[in-house]
Amino acid sequence: MMRNMCSAMALVTVCGFCMAAPAPAQDSGGNKNELVVDGSTTVGPIAKALAEYYLAANKDVKISVSESGSGNGAKSLINSTCDAATMSRFMKDEEFKAAVDKRVLPIAHVIALDCIAVVVHPSNPVKNLTLDQVRDIYTGKITNWKQVGGPDLKIVKISRDTNSGTYESFDHFVMNQEKMAADVEYVGSNGAIRQRIQSTNAAIGYLGLGFVDRTVKELTIGNVVPTRETCLSGQYPISRPLYMFTNGYPELGSHLHAYVTLYLTPKGQEIIEALGFVPLTSYPPAAGPAKE
Amino acid sequence: MRTAHPRPLRLSRRASRLRALVALAGHGVLLLITSSSALAVLFIFFYIARDAVPFFQLRGLREFFTSTHWYPSRDPAEFGALAIFVGSGLVTLGAALVAVPLGVLGAVCLSDVLPFSFRQIVKPVIEVLAAIPSVAYGFFALVVFAPLLQSRGGTVLMIGWWCLAGPLAALALFVLSDLLTARVAPGRGSSWARVVVAVLLTPGALLLLVWVGQHLAQVQVPSGANALNVSIILGIMALPTITSVSEDALQAVGRELREGAYALGATRAEVLVRVVIPAAASGICAAVILGLMRAIGETMVVWMASGNAAQIPQPWYNLLQPVRTLTATIAGDMGEADHVTGSARYHVLFAMALALLTIAFICNLVSERVIRRSVRRHG
Repeated sequence: MMRNMCSAMALVTVCGFCMAAPAPAQDSGGNKNELVVDGSTTVGPIAKALAEYYLAANKDVKISVSESGSGNGAKSLINSTCDAATMSRFMKDEEFKAAVDKRVLPIAHVIALDCIAVVVHPSNPVKNLTLDQVRDIYTGKITNWKQVGGPDLKIVKISRDTNSGTYESFDHFVMNQEKMAADVEYVGSNGAIRQRIQSTNAAIGYLGLGFVDRTVKELTIGNVVPTRETCLSGQYPISRPLYMFTNGYPELGSHLHAYVTLYLTPKGQEIIEALGFVPLTSYPPAAGPAKE
Repeated sequence: MRTAHPRPLRLSRRASRLRALVALAGHGVLLLITSSSALAVLFIFFYIARDAVPFFQLRGLREFFTSTHWYPSRDPAEFGALAIFVGSGLVTLGAALVAVPLGVLGAVCLSDVLPFSFRQIVKPVIEVLAAIPSVAYGFFALVVFAPLLQSRGGTVLMIGWWCLAGPLAALALFVLSDLLTARVAPGRGSSWARVVVAVLLTPGALLLLVWVGQHLAQVQVPSGANALNVSIILGIMALPTITSVSEDALQAVGRELREGAYALGATRAEVLVRVVIPAAASGICAAVILGLMRAIGETMVVWMASGNAAQIPQPWYNLLQPVRTLTATIAGDMGEADHVTGSARYHVLFAMALALLTIAFICNLVSERVIRRSVRRHG
């Protein structure tokens, strides 16, 4: 996966060089040349890849992207310490209120869709679970794989930490107001979840679709495979939009505007898809069929 | 022994006043520098307490200390931290089980058993363990040790058992046979009896070791991120402090005491067990407290490899289950828990920090007192 990501990044950079400047490179007086992007670890790879692409075309701009969690992204935007907050959930009412109190008006840009895939160890014979079964596993009602047609192993439940947007989305879409069991393990990043699952036979966990690779096995939920199509069509039950929030709508022609609308360009869609997320708009037919 | 003073003692009034002023200024600057670190601690205490108090005002003391329901992000939220306190305690206890025997025995070896030149090489190497950043330990725990525990947990446990219990059993055997023969046949000629009793007892001890070892070898570890993993890693992290400080304490016992004991006809083992270790006991105690404070306060390793499940293991000493500690909770929940999004959730972390700080403070006071007592006794 890491290698895939690297090659994707390299590809993006190379493309950036070849295509020269597709993005507006005007430098009007009030245009900031340094953009700070902070927030979700899920959206982070997209923000980084987009930044890399944008930087290759605009040498005079600096974009720094950090990943500290959706909540921290919102906090940074509220405190005006970042220009764009990447978030894997919508802003909460309290956050919105705090922002308005500080004269910051958060504007949401939906940049991509994310499926949360439920994953298990590759050796696990279980292929499909219903949403209810996933919930029962996490609430502790189902404790052994044999209860859902697997081997006689105690289920090791792994979750993202409560700090992450992925957790909040999973909690929202799957848990349905029920509490997770006390023996659920919490892990600090998508990479760490994958690491724990690929080394634990009896583990179950959940990951953004972009982080799923061959070392873990994704389950179908109610017999729907998590893919770009099922996600866009809404058949797959655990999917969510990913956001970038800016303070007010960015000034047209500014670097910030170009950056946060990059997802609309064919190149932006390609970057998003290369990372395993689902772009909102389909490719124009000329750009070729969607690869799957 | 009086020596002539290099300068005349009497100065002119003006010069002496100047000197007094300079001395005063110097003292003031030094006082400021010294007290700044103490002031920093006080400030930290004050600010943490200031943010911790609102939590207790909002939620009271009872839930925090007696409930095990830790759901800070739910609505309504629950802030029962009992399981988290138990997790911190359990992990520290585990670290103590690993680090205290290894560290103290290592210190005894370094100071009294191994040749001096060997010590000069080994001690710095042990101290390097303290210089490894904790995130590197955490990475090791998560990527190397957790999968190893999962795939070969029983074997790892068995090897650990042999390493820890083997030498202890041998020691116990010698002491036991010594005691038995001293009771039955006091006086001369008991050395052969001692050997016979030791030989007779050996199969029993071996049987016990093998029996427990076999049982441990069959243990299945469902999840590698658990209290045992973290305990072992934290034990390794506490090891350099314990070894190095206890070694210093053993060195401080002094040559006279050792030579006096040898002169009375004691063997090396008797000198060690009856004279040197008791004399250095308070220093060793302080070393253990210092080492365990590192284990309590460690964050990165536990956050990465303890599993972070807010539960009290069943039964409570079951180190093979995931636990959550105070430090990991503070580090992990800080990001989302702004005063913007929910005040109790923010202040509860400060309440935990206050608890940790209080524990560290008490430990420090105790170790200080223990050291002072030893200084008074031997100094």
